[in-house]
Amino acid sequence: MSKIYVSTTVNGRPEDVLCEAHQTLLDLLRDEIGLTGTKEGCGTGDCGACTVLLDDRLVCSCLVLAPEADGKEITTVEGIADSQDGLHVVQQKLLEHAALQCGVCTPGFVVAAKALLDRDPNPDEKTIRYWLAGNLCRCTGYDKIIRAVQDAAQELTPTK
Amino acid sequence: MAEAANFKAIGTRPIRPDGIDKVTGRANFGADLNLPDMLHGKVLRSPHAHARIKRIDLTKAQAMEGVYAVISSADFPQEVTSSLSKNILARDKALYHGHALAAVAARTPRIAEEALERIEVEYEVLPPVLSLDDAMRERAILVCEDLRTNDDESSPPSNVAATQRFERGDVTKGFAKADVIVQEEFRVPSAHQGYIEPHACVATSNPGGRVTIWCTTQGPFEVRSATAGVLNKTVSDIKVIPSEIGGGFGGKTVVYLEPVAVRLSELTGKPVKMVMNREEVFRATGPASATLCKIKVGAKKDGRITAATAWLAYEAGAFPGSPVGPGCMSVFAPYDIDNFLVEGYDVLVNKPKVAAYRAPGAPQSMHAMECAIDELAQELEIDPIDLRLKNAAKEGTIAPYGPKFPPIGLVECLEAAKRHPNYVNKPSEEVGRGVAVGFWFNIGMQSSAEVNIAEDGAVSIMEGSPDIGGSRASMCLMAAETLGVPYETINAHVGDTESTGFCNLTGGSRTTFATGLAVVKACEDVIAQCKARAAMTWELDVEQVDWRDGQAVPRPGVNIDVEPLSLADIAKTMSRTGGPLLGRASLNAQGAGACFSVNWTDVTIDRETGKVDVKAFTAIQDAGRAIHPSYVEGQMQGGAVQGLGWALNEEYIYDDNGVVENASFLDYRVPVASDMPMIDCEIVEVPNPSHPYGVRGVGETPIVAPLAATSNAVRDLLGFRINDLPLSPPNVLAAIDSTD
Amino acid sequence: MARVVFPDHLHRFTDGTHELEVDCSSFRQLVQILEERWPGIESVITSTTVAIDGQLFQDAWFEKIEPDSEVFFLQRIEGG
Repeated sequence: MSKIYVSTTVNGRPEDVLCEAHQTLLDLLRDEIGLTGTKEGCGTGDCGACTVLLDDRLVCSCLVLAPEADGKEITTVEGIADSQDGLHVVQQKLLEHAALQCGVCTPGFVVAAKALLDRDPNPDEKTIRYWLAGNLCRCTGYDKIIRAVQDAAQELTPTK
Repeated sequence: MAEAANFKAIGTRPIRPDGIDKVTGRANFGADLNLPDMLHGKVLRSPHAHARIKRIDLTKAQAMEGVYAVISSADFPQEVTSSLSKNILARDKALYHGHALAAVAARTPRIAEEALERIEVEYEVLPPVLSLDDAMRERAILVCEDLRTNDDESSPPSNVAATQRFERGDVTKGFAKADVIVQEEFRVPSAHQGYIEPHACVATSNPGGRVTIWCTTQGPFEVRSATAGVLNKTVSDIKVIPSEIGGGFGGKTVVYLEPVAVRLSELTGKPVKMVMNREEVFRATGPASATLCKIKVGAKKDGRITAATAWLAYEAGAFPGSPVGPGCMSVFAPYDIDNFLVEGYDVLVNKPKVAAYRAPGAPQSMHAMECAIDELAQELEIDPIDLRLKNAAKEGTIAPYGPKFPPIGLVECLEAAKRHPNYVNKPSEEVGRGVAVGFWFNIGMQSSAEVNIAEDGAVSIMEGSPDIGGSRASMCLMAAETLGVPYETINAHVGDTESTGFCNLTGGSRTTFATGLAVVKACEDVIAQCKARAAMTWELDVEQVDWRDGQAVPRPGVNIDVEPLSLADIAKTMSRTGGPLLGRASLNAQGAGACFSVNWTDVTIDRETGKVDVKAFTAIQDAGRAIHPSYVEGQMQGGAVQGLGWALNEEYIYDDNGVVENASFLDYRVPVASDMPMIDCEIVEVPNPSHPYGVRGVGETPIVAPLAATSNAVRDLLGFRINDLPLSPPNVLAAIDSTD
Repeated sequence: MARVVFPDHLHRFTDGTHELEVDCSSFRQLVQILEERWPGIESVITSTTVAIDGQLFQDAWFEKIEPDSEVFFLQRIEGG
C-alpha cells in the first residue's frame, strides 16, 4: 500500500510522517510520532479521550484521518504544560481538586478545558458542563472536574 | 485508636504522587506499550448468540502475507475445561454474540483485521435463550446441555446453575402480624462497567517458556494465576506487570486477552499486543447481571417490619457464576428482621458472562427492597428515613446472612441525613424526592508492602495494588502518619508479580483497608529498626527508645543528653548501624468493616418526552475513617453517577436473535457532564476497630442506593411506581401514557 | 459446643443438615470434624467466606473457635 506524506506541526514542533490512508490522526500521534498521552476510548468520537486541538479547533482525533492533518497545527496533552512555567492552571487545579481517579480520560479533559478557558475565561457551571459533555469520565461523576475548571477560571480572572 | 483531631496526615487532601504524570499524558496505560518486533493480535467473534461450531478453517488467513499465526481453541490445552478457558475461545458452541472464536497475530492491526475476514466458520445456528423467563421455563432451550442445578446428577439439565436459600424465623406468622404488606416485582437490566480504557495487553514468551505480560488489570496476581490455569503453565512461568489502569469497577478482574496473546507469542516467538475496541468491550466483556427480583415486606402500623421474602433471579451470562449470592446476602442487610426467606437463582442465558461491577449483586436486589420500603413508607405515611431508623441494623444485630454486626454506621448515616440541610429543605411541587440505603460487605484478603528508606530519609513504598482511584496517595498518607514524616517525602509504587509480595486484586473496597494495613505494619517495622539503631548509637537498650513525631528519642526518665535522631539522621548513617532500612509486612487482612450509605435524589420529569432530570443528589456514607477525604468523596460521587446512569439510561438492547444493538458509547449512553448536578457528599466516620486508623473501604457501596433513590423520586413525583429500570424517556413516557 | 450453620448451597454436602453443634477449638479442627462426617466438604467450606462470631474471614484456617462461638458459612464475597 502506498504511503501518504503528512507534514504537520505537533506541540510547536514540525513532524513529517509517512502514513497509510486509513490511519487516523490518533494513530498518527500514538503509533507514528509516539505521543501516547492521547488515549483511545472508543474510536467512534463518543468518549473524548482522544481530544486534541487541530488548528485551535477541538476534535476527536479518532475521527480525523491522518492525511487531513497535513499543513495543520496540532496540540496534544503533552503540549499543554510549559517546560518553563510548569503545569497549566487547569492541570494544577485538576490535581488540587483530586479531579481524576484512574486518569485515562484526563488528557482529553485537560485539552478540552484549556480550550474552553482560552475562549471564555469566565464560564458558568452550565457552560462548563455543556462544553465538557463530549468527554466521558466514568470515575468521578464530574463533580470535582467541574469544580477544578471553575477554580482554574477563578485563578485566570481573579476579579470575577 | 488515635482520635481524628490528633492526626497530622490522615484526613488531609494532598496531591497524589502519580498526579503530574496523569495530567501531562506521561502515565502509561494498557495500550501505551510498544516493543520492538511486536505483532498485533485481533479476535474473531461470533455473529450469533447461540450456534454450534461445525468447522473453523484458518488456512486462508494463515496464508496471508504479514500474518504470523492464526489460532482457535484447538491450540489451547484441551485438558483444561474451565468456564474461563471456554470463554476466552469458544469450543463446540458459540454462546453469545461476541464470543471469541479465533485469533490472529499479524505485522499490523490492519492486516490482522483483514485476516479475520478470511477465517471460515461453519455454524449451525441455534435459537438463543435471552431472558430469565425463557431460561427458567420448563423445557427451556439449554445454553449448556449437561449443566444440572447445584451439580445434582439426579436432576434434569437446566439453565439454573445454582440455587440459594436462607431463612430465619417464620415468615407466615410474620406476615400474619403485619398491618400492611407490600408485594412487587422489579427488573433491572444489564449495565456495563463502562471503564474508558478498553482491555489491552502485550505478551512475550521466550523459548524457555518464560512469559511476561504487560496489561491493564485490577489484579496482576490474578492475571498470573488465571493465565497459568488456561495455558496449563505454572504461575512461576509468568510475570505480570500492571500498567496504569483506566478504570475497572470490577470489569478488569477477569482475563480475556492475556492467554490468547501469550499463545500467539509462543507460536510466533515475538511480542504480541492485543487491544479491544469499544464494540468488543460491550459485546464480550462482563456486564452486571440483569435481574428479576420479587419482594414482599410486611410491617406493623408503627413501621416495624414483621416479615420479608425475596425471590431473586440473576442472569449469569453464558457460564455459571452471577453474583446472586451476595445479592441474596445484601437484600435485607440494612434491617433487623425476625422473619425472612431469601431464594436466589443463578441462571444461564446466551449473553456475555457477567463480571463483578461495583458491589456485585447488591444494586439489583437492594433496588427492589429499597423500593418496597419506600412503598411501605408511603402507605404508612412515615418519613422514609424514620421508617428505616425504626428497622435499622446496628452493632450486635444479627445480619440476615448470619453473622453479628460489629460497629457499623447505618444509624449514624440516617441521622446525618435527617439533619442535612438538603434533606431538611423539602423539594418544591415540581420536584420528586426519593431516599434509599446502600450497603456492601467489604473484604480484606492478602496484601504485601515494603517500605524502603533512601540514604536521605526519603520513603518509598512498594505494594501490589493497582492504583485505580488515588490509592497511592492514601498509602503515602498512612505511611506519613505512622512514621511521623512529611507526606512529600514519601512515594508509592505498584510493583509487578516478581518485585512485590503476593497481593490480591484491587477490588471489594479492600485496597486502602488491607494494603493500607500492610503499609502501616511495614512502617512499624521500619520504626522498630530505627529505634534499635538509635539505641545502638546511644548505647541504650531498645526499650529505652521511643519513636515520636518522626524521631527516635530517649524514653522519658532515661537519663541521657542526646539530640533526637530523625528518620533522615538514621538513614544517613545506616551503613554503620546495620545496612539499609527496609520494612516489610504481609498479611491476610481480616475484619473488613461493612459500609452503609444513605442517598437521596431530587428529580424533575418532562411529561412530554418522559425525560427524568436529576436536579440534586446527596450521598452520606460511613467511611470508617477517610484517609484522603477528596478521594473518598470521589468514590461516592463516581459511584453515585454510575448508579444514576443505571437508573436512568443504561441497558443492553438485544434483538430477537440475541445481537447486541447498542455496543457503542453513542447508543449505550453513560452520563455526561451536562446530565448531572453536583453530587453533595457527607462522610460519616464510625471507625472500623479492625484497622489501626479505622478504615472501612468505600468504593463499592456508592453505586447501590442511587437506583432505588431515583426510582423512589420518580414515584414521588408521578404518584405511581415504575418498577423496572431504566427510567429512560421511552419507558417513562410509556408509563405516563398508560395511566392517562 | 460451637453452633455451626450451613446455608442452602451446602446442604447437598451435609445431607440437608442446616445447623450443628460441634465441639472444637479452632476452624482447622472444625473442618477436620466436618470432613470426617461428610467426606468432600472440606474443599467447599475452605474456599468460601466464613463468619466466626460476626467477623468475616476469607481464610479462617487458624482462627480460634470458642465454646459459645457461632460459625456461619457464607457465599464467597469478592468485589468489583
